[in-house]
Amino acid sequence: MVEITLPKNSRVKEGKVWPKPEGATNLREYKIYRWSPDDEENPRVDTYYVDMDDCGPMVLDGLIYIKNKIDPTLTFRRSCREGICGSCAMNIDGTNTLACTKGMDEVAQDAVKIYPLPHMPVVKDLVPDLSVPYAQLSSIEPWLQTITPEPATEWKQSHEDRTKLDGLYECILCFCCQTSCPSYWWNGERYLGPAVLLQAYRWLIDSRDEKTGERLDNLEDPFRLYRCHTIMNCTQACPKGLNPAKAIANIKKMMVERRV
Amino acid sequence: MLMSIVHRITGGALYFGMVLFVIWLAAASGSKETFDTVNGIYGSWFGRLVLLGFTWAMIHHLVGGLRHLVWDTGRGLEKTTATKMAKATIAVSIVLTILVWIIGYAVRGGF
Repeated sequence: MVEITLPKNSRVKEGKVWPKPEGATNLREYKIYRWSPDDEENPRVDTYYVDMDDCGPMVLDGLIYIKNKIDPTLTFRRSCREGICGSCAMNIDGTNTLACTKGMDEVAQDAVKIYPLPHMPVVKDLVPDLSVPYAQLSSIEPWLQTITPEPATEWKQSHEDRTKLDGLYECILCFCCQTSCPSYWWNGERYLGPAVLLQAYRWLIDSRDEKTGERLDNLEDPFRLYRCHTIMNCTQACPKGLNPAKAIANIKKMMVERRV
Repeated sequence: MLMSIVHRITGGALYFGMVLFVIWLAAASGSKETFDTVNGIYGSWFGRLVLLGFTWAMIHHLVGGLRHLVWDTGRGLEKTTATKMAKATIAVSIVLTILVWIIGYAVRGGF
């Protein structure tokens, strides 16, 4: 449901300012959303100072610096630190992106402002609960489905057909696009969202998949597919430079084409 | 995102504009006095300002609709193209609005 203001216990308060690292001259300010389920406190924004002479260039480097040297309670997800796992997706400087591939020099100079992915329940600090998008991903059955008997070797595909998967298979499911979409904010329970629909299209357009009709039937729904209003936030946000809006437009096109 | 919101707002504003239009038509089908009153309000500086807004809302929504029509063919969805189209929509809607009003005043023959 649409709620214009945050519920009382979710309003973000001014937080703690942590001491600057001793002797550091080259400092970078971080303002980070903090919330813990263990106390009854409201969320707050804490201020930290990162010693740039002792820290890597990426936003994630700064977060790791803070966790290691200033405040071990700061909670966030990270794994590969090179933009391939999608774990460190968060809202940095107002845009959903990956902390590991976002340089601190790309962010507005006053402070690096970090919030969890928008409109998702928060588990702790920068860790969102992504169970709904994961369930939605399962619902589109993102694997190869065939009817013809399996070949003795692999399923063959022409170079041309393989090219159709470019710009789709690279998706790492970080859900930066999913959680940037206003339509997904309002109807997240019923609208599948850009990330899941891009995955759906990845299997719809795969020449080896033989369940195209069933897949389209599953998407033919005013909410699951057609809540996309081409707002374009998804494409603007994608840290991998993919285009979910275009994938969704192509699904809508397939819906029309199969009727004529 | 901004353009999507403006598209919705202008779409909503069109309902309001249509109400104004219907009032004007209803007045025209009534007595001369009623029509003169309504026409006087619409012709005042404030009335004209609202009508200018209505014209812009209509044209902006129309141009935005054309943009959606292009998108429905699967074209113009690249990140940079989409941004350019958004800017063009604003520019074209403003230019066309001014043009409509210039023509309007020309046909009217004066202010």
